[in-house]
Amino acid sequence: MTLAVQFTDVSRAFGDVKAVDRVSIDIQDGEFFSMLGPSGSGKTTCLRLIAGFEQPSAGSIRIHGVEAVGLAPYRRDVNTVFQDYALFPHMNVLENVAYGLKVKGVGKSERLARAEEALGMVALGSYGGRKPVQLSGGQRQRVALARALVNRPRVLLLDEPLGALDLKLREQMQSELKKLQRQLGITFIFVTHDQSEALSMSDRVAVFNKGRIEQVDTPRNLYMKPATPFVAEFVGTSNVLKGELAMQLNGSPLPVSIRPEHTRLANGEALDSDEVEVSGLLHDIQYQGASTRFEIQLENGQNFSVSQANNQWQLDDAPVQQGQRVSARWARGAMVGLREEM
Amino acid sequence: MSSQSLALDNPGGLLRRLSDLLYRKPTLYLSMLLIPPLLWFGAVYLGSLLTLLWQGFYTFDDFSMTVTPDLTLANFAALFQAANFDIILRTVSMAVAVSIASGLVAFPIAYYMARYTTGKTKAFFYIAVMLPMWASYIIKAYAWTLLLAKGGVAMWFIQALHLQPLLELILGIPGVGGNTLSTSHLGRFLVFVYIWLPFMILPIQASLERLPPSLLQASADLGAKPRQTFMQVILPLSIPGIAAGSIFTFSLTLGDFIVPQLVGPPGFFIGNMVYALQGSIGNMPMAAAFTLVPIVLIAVYLSIVKRLGAFDAL
Amino acid sequence: MRSNAEKHGEQASWGLKLAAWGGLVFLHFPILIIFMYAFNTESSGFSFPPQGFTLHWFSVALARPDVLEAIKLSAQIAALATVVAMILGTLAAAALYRRDFFGKESISMLLILPIALPGIITGLALLAAFKRFGIEPGFLTIVIGHATFCVVIVYNNVIARFRRTSHSLIEASMDLGADGWQTFRYIVLPNLGSALLAGGMLAFALSFDEIIVTTFTAGHERTLPLWLLNQLARPRDVPVTNVVAMLVMLATMLPILGAYYLTKGGEGVAGSGK
Repeated sequence: MTLAVQFTDVSRAFGDVKAVDRVSIDIQDGEFFSMLGPSGSGKTTCLRLIAGFEQPSAGSIRIHGVEAVGLAPYRRDVNTVFQDYALFPHMNVLENVAYGLKVKGVGKSERLARAEEALGMVALGSYGGRKPVQLSGGQRQRVALARALVNRPRVLLLDEPLGALDLKLREQMQSELKKLQRQLGITFIFVTHDQSEALSMSDRVAVFNKGRIEQVDTPRNLYMKPATPFVAEFVGTSNVLKGELAMQLNGSPLPVSIRPEHTRLANGEALDSDEVEVSGLLHDIQYQGASTRFEIQLENGQNFSVSQANNQWQLDDAPVQQGQRVSARWARGAMVGLREEM
Repeated sequence: MSSQSLALDNPGGLLRRLSDLLYRKPTLYLSMLLIPPLLWFGAVYLGSLLTLLWQGFYTFDDFSMTVTPDLTLANFAALFQAANFDIILRTVSMAVAVSIASGLVAFPIAYYMARYTTGKTKAFFYIAVMLPMWASYIIKAYAWTLLLAKGGVAMWFIQALHLQPLLELILGIPGVGGNTLSTSHLGRFLVFVYIWLPFMILPIQASLERLPPSLLQASADLGAKPRQTFMQVILPLSIPGIAAGSIFTFSLTLGDFIVPQLVGPPGFFIGNMVYALQGSIGNMPMAAAFTLVPIVLIAVYLSIVKRLGAFDAL
Repeated sequence: MRSNAEKHGEQASWGLKLAAWGGLVFLHFPILIIFMYAFNTESSGFSFPPQGFTLHWFSVALARPDVLEAIKLSAQIAALATVVAMILGTLAAAALYRRDFFGKESISMLLILPIALPGIITGLALLAAFKRFGIEPGFLTIVIGHATFCVVIVYNNVIARFRRTSHSLIEASMDLGADGWQTFRYIVLPNLGSALLAGGMLAFALSFDEIIVTTFTAGHERTLPLWLLNQLARPRDVPVTNVVAMLVMLATMLPILGAYYLTKGGEGVAGSGK
């Protein structure tokens, strides 16, 4: 399978600051690939390096096998959906969408027809005559999408396109985008800081931290087998145990991660042979509807979370009270060994 | 279908390849943008300024009325001779007087505009102040010559209000009066104040606009009467705007040669002197020396006024 | 809508209102007097009160060859100076609105200098330079002088608009396949449009009215302001002078108002500072 985009040891420095630090990725043709991380982690810079708005300080970037470093954006078969949509205010929606075709010299009737088609694909067929300022945020986002897709790029870049939308709309757009990608079969490269968004839409996710990639994997593997403490705590929530405690429970000084929902509060029964346990003071109980979260302060001062599903449809008296001494237990195999911090 | 290769097969014409080059080399792009304006300003403007200042060092032979490139400081020294120094003093004192008066007249207008008008009224005031500012300078000066003339509007009003004795009195004061209204220092002073007034109003208004209303509320809340709020809060905070406006009134008066010619008693201003020297006399070196005076004075004034915060109010 | 002060129950005192409106009247009175005189029957042209209403002087003025010559010359100079100023001002604004580089502040100061220093300095300097290089003062020298101080007017308007334009528009255009020139033509220029026009109109008005620098850089040419200056020595010609003065006022007020409306509600109103 051809590689849509390949980064080899790419770095981008702004003065002394390394926004991107020796990053290497292989993005497959036709996959929905997300770049996830907190702000300033380098994910947006990487996207801009693919688009051509930035040039790397070092390393090579190949797009469908061709070296892209030094090529201007208009020379790359790549299109971008911008975070602020970047719709041209002085043109109407149809002209905006047809722009990419216009600058390539496509004739007027053909490009307007193809623009109409693209608008239809995002369910905005009758909006061609409006100006961007007359549209809502969600509508503008879809126009930006149509404007990029009408050029039939082989790679589509999306820079946190759903950030400005409210929750319901965002979820709707997430499933629409995923459907669209499957339908078109082109490579989508999606940048976001929202881990649940990345997990739900992508074939694979790269987790960025401080200019480096900590892990690239499928959503499931990222969640179940995080590679580093950062990934464990950024993707979902986790208890990361280090040092002496890790040694004690796992037999190795390397950190381990145990998800709150894989643990339970001990009921007083004897400890199973394949289980391990920690104890401490229960200092907070958070009722979250489908589950309840228990916050325990361990002997070494660390906070430990237990998340239990509220399976009972009958209301029982709470089994534990705040301020009690409790124990959390989990299966040995549920622990995931992590690399040291990078 | 989109092209199979990454870069479009057709590299495009010369323009497109030039665009590629400029994209790859942003410094080259920047220089290409800056070279025409810098060349113009460097060569034309700075070049001519330096030529002028250099001329100040040349010698002017009074007998043959020619300029020779013998370097000398005589021209600059001559500035301190009584006759020349008088001119400088006359000009500077008028500039200072005009600045102060403009400030006093402009402040109420700007204050009213900033604090008591909104929407359509404010826009109206703004345009009403802006239009005279941009109206032709020579026409404004001309209008005043008509106003101040013996048969003109000013005299008509004075006669109608029976104020002739007062006029005579004022015209009798040395340094303020003159033979007639249009040949008096007062007349010249009025014209200057009139013409530069909008330049003073707008910066003051802008700086008053920027005054956060919460400051005034806080002052009232702490028990200050309106007059105290004005003296202790509003006035000090409007000083940058006043200083900014004064830059215009000061420097414009320093360099003017048309109004002194049209209105007021005989007596050269720096501008008139410069004009006369370079004209029929052809004494460019002395003219150049004279222009140094406003340059130095304005530079000094700018540094004083910068400390008052005028640059932020421009 | 209530003003800041009115919101807190303050009313402007009568004295303040009088001073403010009185100030406005003071500003406009001389201008209106000229208008009045332009229609005055009496040939002395400045007597008060006006004797009668007539359009006679209008036809006289517009038939005068020296008047028409002066108007034509001023218009040509202003047009040429404006074009040069628009090009140089836009180039400078494009270079300076984003990047930070060594010398950036000095360059913006340099652009302001021609208008910040009194006219006699600019005028005399240019004359000295022309003489030094043996260039005779004439049409082109006037244009050079005017263009030099008009650049900053266009520059201020254009750079304010540039700063307000989102950079992602330019990136989006390139991303969609447009190279630098296409982006400029289809995206940048339309967005600059009204700011550039406003700057051009102000530059035109400034050049049309300019007198001080022009007196130094003109040869035998007589622009309209120079014609007016010359008229001041001709008391018998006052009625014609009045008419021309009024027409010039009206003519230059139009671009100023136009520029104001083009840029109001935006980054900074055109014309708020010369």
